Amino acid sequence: MSLYSEKVMDHFKHPRNVGVIENADGVGEVGNAKCGDIMKIYLKIDGGIISDVKFETFGCGSAIASSSMATELIKGKPLSEALTLTNKAVAEALDGLPAYKMHCSVLAEEAIKAAILDYYTKNNIPYDESLFRETSCAHCEDKPE
Amino acid sequence: MFVYADNAATTRVRPAAMKAYLETAESYFGNPSSLHSAGQRAKEELTRCREGIAACLGANPGEIYFTSGGSESDNQAILSAAYSGAKKGKKKIVSTAIEHHAVLHTLKKLGKEGFEIVLLPVGTDGIVKTADAEKEIDENTCLVSVMLANNEIGTIQPVAEIGALCRAKKIPFHTDAVQAVGHLPVNVNDLNCDYLALSGHKFGAPRGVGALYVRRGAPLLNLIEGGAQEKGKRAGTENLPAIAAMTVALGEAVRELPAYMEKVSALRDELIANLSKIPHCALNGDPKKRLCGNVSFCFEGIEGESLLLLLDEEGICASSGSACTSGSLDPSHVLLAIGRVHDVAHGSLRLTLSADTTEEEIAYMSEKIPQVVAYLRGMSPVWRDLKEGKRQYIL
Repeated sequence: MSLYSEKVMDHFKHPRNVGVIENADGVGEVGNAKCGDIMKIYLKIDGGIISDVKFETFGCGSAIASSSMATELIKGKPLSEALTLTNKAVAEALDGLPAYKMHCSVLAEEAIKAAILDYYTKNNIPYDESLFRETSCAHCEDKPE
Repeated sequence: MFVYADNAATTRVRPAAMKAYLETAESYFGNPSSLHSAGQRAKEELTRCREGIAACLGANPGEIYFTSGGSESDNQAILSAAYSGAKKGKKKIVSTAIEHHAVLHTLKKLGKEGFEIVLLPVGTDGIVKTADAEKEIDENTCLVSVMLANNEIGTIQPVAEIGALCRAKKIPFHTDAVQAVGHLPVNVNDLNCDYLALSGHKFGAPRGVGALYVRRGAPLLNLIEGGAQEKGKRAGTENLPAIAAMTVALGEAVRELPAYMEKVSALRDELIANLSKIPHCALNGDPKKRLCGNVSFCFEGIEGESLLLLLDEEGICASSGSACTSGSLDPSHVLLAIGRVHDVAHGSLRLTLSADTTEEEIAYMSEKIPQVVAYLRGMSPVWRDLKEGKRQYIL
């Protein structure tokens, strides 16, 4: 299908890092089933480095591809670097997403940040709150049935 | 294996229709509005086509107007009845919640212009109740519009009954029969309709051609200004090759209808039975009062677009009412209308069969679809939550 780039299709058909990390150091889940997208990121952190990352996604092709690409981009990286990952960088690494699918890359960025925030909170590690903006999916919560 | 199971979107052009298209383009190249012999021959061919389409619908040839397709036909019927009614001070329109956007968006536009639009609900079976229509139809009603068969879930509506109600109250009645014509018996007199929209490419004609049936005496305004084609109601040089192809396609479809319906409904029921074995899924719409080729399911815990993309990888062309396939945040209005909540409406799959569908294709889909559903569930955090009891199953 020409809707997506070859890279999106590759990551969608052969997603990297799918699965769960038991006893993960940080877990982040964003989105909701009503909107049709949920991403869950599991992190294993050793000495401030993301030594392993896994994801589970309920969503469209670009949501799965965005999750896969985002996990690839942060694997083996220090948390400080993972925190600078933007949705734009995820989309660019996938050779672009259709405009109305850009929110999938936003979810990927937010899921990673949510997982890191979970790690910081669980371990009482001080952090810069300005790095964690409110999730873009908040509006979906109010959606009527 | 390649399986085309999206015949409600569009059909393969029938060989006989293609042949008619090419022969007409070559032999009847004149403009039917021209006085010379080439034009007059084309005009005669146009007349024969009009007679052919009318005969298939139980209509008079003078009641058939050729258009560009279903959307134009729906627009013209609705706007004609609405604006004509408004002149008499009647500005209420009764329709249903599951209409095609060609109807719903036209009604929305009329709503902004001050018309009162009432959309009747449907039951969980996807069928509107005649009694609900009866309650809403009153002396202020200028139009009732009810589709004959739904495009997403295939359910067949009680059009003849609602048409009879309208006839008794002398209220114009339109039916969007785009999905029905060529797929079930359609007769404008049996249906008691004043307008009926049809589209060629849903039954093996090329795209870009359709027709509007307008009962003699029913108001008709033209949407396209210009020449005097179609009795001045639809300007533009007639697309004669496509009209001829549509006439041949409909004639063939109507002749083959009994055998087609018997064969395809058996395949449909087999596919429904096989897919029903997938855990936590549900058939959308009444199992029997539906188009013979329509299979529509919701699968819990997955999203429809990713399902479609993976099925496409397996050679299966299908469709979904998920939000992600439409570019909007909301899933299909039809699935919401039958009571599917957003969470499961996102995981919908529509397979629409044709006379070309084979037993092998049904077996192939019955094998591949459960595999792909299971694969996607395997990476879905929603499915994990359902399995672990952190979330309640809906289906």
